[in-house]
This record gives sequence, C-alpha cells and structure tokens, in this order.
Amino acid sequence: MLRVDALQAIYPELKDRIVVTIMGAVAVELYTIGHRPNFFYLEHAMGLASSMGLGIAVAMPRHKVVVIDGDGSLLMNLGTLSTMARYSPGNLVHIVFDNASLLSVGGFPTATATGTDLAGVARACAIPLVTQADTPEQLKHAATGALAGGKLTTIVSKVEAIGPKSFHMDLPLLENRFQFKRALEALR
Amino acid sequence: MPVSLANSQVIYEALKACDVKIMSALPETWLVHLIRMADDDPEVTLIRVAKEEEAIGISAGAHLAGVSSALLMQNHGFLAAINPIVSLALLYKIPLLMLISYRGHMGERDPWQTQGGMVTEPLLRALGIPVWYLSDPRDAQRRIKDAQTLAHASLSPVAVLLTRELMWEE
Repeated sequence: MLRVDALQAIYPELKDRIVVTIMGAVAVELYTIGHRPNFFYLEHAMGLASSMGLGIAVAMPRHKVVVIDGDGSLLMNLGTLSTMARYSPGNLVHIVFDNASLLSVGGFPTATATGTDLAGVARACAIPLVTQADTPEQLKHAATGALAGGKLTTIVSKVEAIGPKSFHMDLPLLENRFQFKRALEALR
Repeated sequence: MPVSLANSQVIYEALKACDVKIMSALPETWLVHLIRMADDDPEVTLIRVAKEEEAIGISAGAHLAGVSSALLMQNHGFLAAINPIVSLALLYKIPLLMLISYRGHMGERDPWQTQGGMVTEPLLRALGIPVWYLSDPRDAQRRIKDAQTLAHASLSPVAVLLTRELMWEE
C-alpha cells in the first residue's frame, strides 16, 4: 500500500478532526491532499507527535484526536506507548505508518525491517485496542471504527517506502502552529 | 524522608493558583510530595512519563489545546529533554513552566548528582531560557506566577529551580 493512498482513503474521516502528524512524507502528503487549520505537522522533535496528541486528548476530552506516526518516529519514543496506555484516553487514535525505513533522511532501514513488531509492542504496552490494516480499505474501516468507539487505539499500517517528489510545503511552521491553536480554540 | 512537605505544599498551592490543570512528572526524590499531591487532586491530571522528553510534547499539546500545564522534573530530566525543548518548544514558540529540582549543586553529598548540577544553569542560559530560583517559601506564589506569566507572554519555556534550601530539611 502507498501511504498517500492510505491517507486519501481516511481523509474524509480526518478532515474535521484534530490531527497531529510527524514530519517528512506523511506531513507533505496530507498537506497536499488538503491542508486544514485543524492539522498540525510536527516538523522536528521526532517521536513526540504521539506525546502531543496525548496532551491534546487529555486537555480536550470531548474531541477526537488523531496522531499519524511513523516507524522511525515511534522507535525514537517507544515509552510513549506505555504512557498512552497508562492513561488510555478514549478520544485518541494513533495511526502508525510503517515503511520500515527512515525515508526522509536517506531511506535507511529501521528495526521494523529486521523484525521489530510495533503492533506487538503496542499490545505488550497495554494499548487497549491494537489493529493492523494493510490496505486502504482496511485502514478506512479501522480508523472509522476507532473514531466511533471510545477506546485508545493504535493502528499499524505497512506501507511502501515511497514518498513525495518534493518535501516542500508552503506553510511556515509558526503559521501552522498559530493557525492550529486558533482552530482548537474555536472547537472548545 | 527529609523532603519538605510544608514547602512542597506551598509550591503545589502556587501551581494551583496558576490554574495548572495538567502536570507531568517522573518520580524523583525531591518531588515525591508534589507528585502525590497532584495524584490526589481530582482537578489535576497527572501524567507520569517514561522519559521527560514526552513531557515536552504533552505540555505543547496542552498549550495548543488551551490548557495550562506544568512540568515537574529533576535537572537530569531537563538534560534528557533538551532536544525537544529546542526542536519543539523553542522552535514552535511554546510556553513551558518547568519546575526543576536542582540536584547536584551547593550542599550535594551524592557524587553522582554533581555533574548534572554543575551544567544545569549554563545549559539553561545557553538555551536562552529565563531562570528563577526558589529558596524561600515566601517567594513561591509570586515567582511561580511570574514565571508562568513570562512563559505565556514570551511564548518561551521558563525554568524555576527548586533549591536544596527549599526542598530538603536536614
């Protein structure tokens, strides 16, 4: 599965949600499909998109929050799975695109290429619901179900290590930050 | 345990007066009473992190969602969190109210704390993070409130160093 096809499949579910993504291909692809003021792209601080999502989910319990993570980022902050599981906000959905690669920085393989099983790690950390979704249809189904349900869910999706031709986004990061904060204020 | 319960209470009340609703922490001796107070307080969500880096993300998320938070950390936790302080909080102009137990400084007997104690202030200064000290409980309410006010006005992390004189009774 191509990540861009996966994102396209869940875009209708995402467009009105609070969404936090990691940097790199995920951010560019979602931005290109259709940027929304309620989307935040964490362009650095690898590994912390899920921690930000946890902070937002705890602060805004009546709203659903979607984090779009990656294998390289999650491996940099595996402890986040244990922290998320500990508090298990039912309004948080954690999608992990696993391309087994640090695509944006040269395509070097991550540990998932040699067998680290992120869904298994999430289960072992006691995330209440962990699913795998390796086609756009499966992901749409899993994401729709997770957003409709009330359980912290981690969805791991294997995707190909193929990204966009350009990583350029016409959105200065501070503009994204202030726009996103205003969008959240309007939701409160 | 000679960690000052009375002064921990003063600090906790100062945080409450700042309308702090989310606190993150990683267990640390000087912070035990503060962590217990947060845990027992139904008005506060305490998030116990596995590593302090996470706490920077949690507070950033809380800020963008419009909720005031505070970070309870040892100075070695601050050292562990320097990358996200730079590449999230400073980069994205996120205010952080960091209460840092100042281990390894004057009066320290544990050799293993001393290296971190000696580099804490120089690193805070190198990062351009404003620093307040808390040694006298009478200053707590004012200094913690002023630190939060500056954090929000400057959209920057601020550090309140909790000193041995305040935290430890011998």
